[in-house]
Amino acid sequence: MARVEVQNVSLTFGAHKAVDDVSIAFEDGGFYALLGPSGSGKTTLLRMIAGFEFPDAGSIRIDGEAVENVPVNRRRIGMVFQNYALFPNMSVEGNVAFGLEVRGEKGESVRRAVAEALELVQLGPLAKRRPHQLSGGQRQRVALARAIVTKPRVLLLDEPLSALDKALRTDMQVELKRIQREVGVTTIFVTHDQDEALSISDRIGILKDGRIVQEGAPEDIYDRPASEFAATFLGDANILTGVVRDGSLRLDGGTAIDLPAGSGDVPGELRCAIRPERVRISQSMPVTGAAGEPPEHMRGVVTRRLFSGSASTYFIDCSGREMKAIVQRGGDADMAVGSPVCVHWNADDLIPLSAGDGRD
Amino acid sequence: MAAGAIPSNDTDRKETTPMAASGAMKQNGLRKALPLLLPAYAWLTLAIFLPLSAMVYFSLLTSMSPSEQSSSLTLANYATFFSDPLYATLLLRSLKLGLLVTLICVLIGFPAAYVLAKIFKGRAREAIFLLVILPFWSNSLVRVFSWSMVLREGGILDTALNAILPFHVTFDLMYSFPAVVIGLVHSYLPYMVLTCYLSLQAIDDALIEAARSLGATRFTTLRRVVAPLALPGVLAGSALIFIPVVGSFMEPRILGGRTGTLYGTVIEDQFTAVYNWPLGAALSFILLAVVLVILLVSAPVLRKAA
Repeated sequence: MARVEVQNVSLTFGAHKAVDDVSIAFEDGGFYALLGPSGSGKTTLLRMIAGFEFPDAGSIRIDGEAVENVPVNRRRIGMVFQNYALFPNMSVEGNVAFGLEVRGEKGESVRRAVAEALELVQLGPLAKRRPHQLSGGQRQRVALARAIVTKPRVLLLDEPLSALDKALRTDMQVELKRIQREVGVTTIFVTHDQDEALSISDRIGILKDGRIVQEGAPEDIYDRPASEFAATFLGDANILTGVVRDGSLRLDGGTAIDLPAGSGDVPGELRCAIRPERVRISQSMPVTGAAGEPPEHMRGVVTRRLFSGSASTYFIDCSGREMKAIVQRGGDADMAVGSPVCVHWNADDLIPLSAGDGRD
Repeated sequence: MAAGAIPSNDTDRKETTPMAASGAMKQNGLRKALPLLLPAYAWLTLAIFLPLSAMVYFSLLTSMSPSEQSSSLTLANYATFFSDPLYATLLLRSLKLGLLVTLICVLIGFPAAYVLAKIFKGRAREAIFLLVILPFWSNSLVRVFSWSMVLREGGILDTALNAILPFHVTFDLMYSFPAVVIGLVHSYLPYMVLTCYLSLQAIDDALIEAARSLGATRFTTLRRVVAPLALPGVLAGSALIFIPVVGSFMEPRILGGRTGTLYGTVIEDQFTAVYNWPLGAALSFILLAVVLVILLVSAPVLRKAA
């Protein structure tokens, strides 16, 4: 268990900068998600921490020890692969024992450690099975047991749940979190699934084009995305672009929108995000200034409605600008497509974004 | 006992499971597959089963010369093998040669296949692959004769060595056992490279990475993960090489000269020089039986080793 420090690390494949001057620290015992679209460099970064790739520049420290030139087998890491990578020529316990055996451990201590690890992932009864006799979820647990039985300093997971179906994935997320807490190992989890990153990790690093664009606790990143990319990649967002004048945001069509306190001080162009679940719609115009009722910002017509069980997503055409609103299904009647609506929100829910995608 | 000591017979179980699962569809599937299987099996019947049956018949004849009509059935040809120790000695020699050539092919072919399958990618792999199968493109007789130009005294190797070395050496491998081995390895190496390549390529790179991440050195990874998984390919290649090498006659005759007298050349003599087809056929079937016994005995042992 250890702190992992990545400092100014870069790696170029040919003309492609896979990882571009990345610095990030993974605190001891933390559960980190590296989130990004494919090609964002998240897996390359993970593979550099593991020791499968070596950085062109920068340093990687595990527990204070510089490891960027240490081969993978001497880094004392545990890794879980996307397709589990279980050894088909060994039984479940053979797989789990492998890491201990190659370290020269033998006999009773190996057997006890293997039994403990299998117990932890609740696979004790299947110890004698072969990998091909297991379901996807069970293989995943074996891979996890195999990775943690050697007591690695850091546990690396490369999209470990992407091959599982949705229900099983949710189960495994809970399971993974439980096991990680029990073992307490510093964990770095690569995923392109934003929901997974949000629900599973203590902290998220969002990557784009080989750089980390934002890093922080899931709630903080969700509530205060720094850039349009962070806002739209992690969750959904309506993006409003306009010019700040007299403390409010003037949109292209001339509509003026109130800005949250403190963000309308600097004149100039400004981009704001608003989460669809913060957008409210109503058929009649709310009374401006009435207690608890947010002011109206736009009017529009419902163009589409996506029903997803507990909520509905409305797409509203507000004189050429499409706004999305997610409405929990409660007492209110659903709005029909084509019906005119008023779109409104609390000014405080508007998130001002920095220019570009968070870099300077 | 550590968990790793559990015997593995994974490979054959993996292959039988999907078959067993499709048991209900077997009847129907077979009928549909018949038109696809028929040409191959018709050809095998025509090209292998019929000539073999004829050979069985020949091997039981006292004589085959057309002038003698009084040919009758006998086991004397088989008895000849046991009465003259020369045949057993030659067979043993051929088996040893087969073992040696197979071993050399494994030692050379497996590393080459590993590099091809796991290290080279893209165009570099294609280029090297082409070089491996290039020997297949030339006539085998030409291939063997070209070795005689290389290996004989005053040949290419001899001349080249003397051009480099400050002192004179006489380098003449022609008509020797090593020459036979060199020629046979050259002829059969591509089989080993190809079968090993196929089985190595089927090994997911993530398995190798997983082993390394668990602390295994490159050698341990090779020994405990790559080699066991590639074993079917090595065995297939070995069978493809061992069987024809034991019966080989062309390379021993051309490159081995008098030292190249082997079981295969004796059989060839019976057919082409002595015209004693019955004895040649009988010797062939004894070879076939011996090879089959070797394969049957070694199969379970090798499977257990995997």
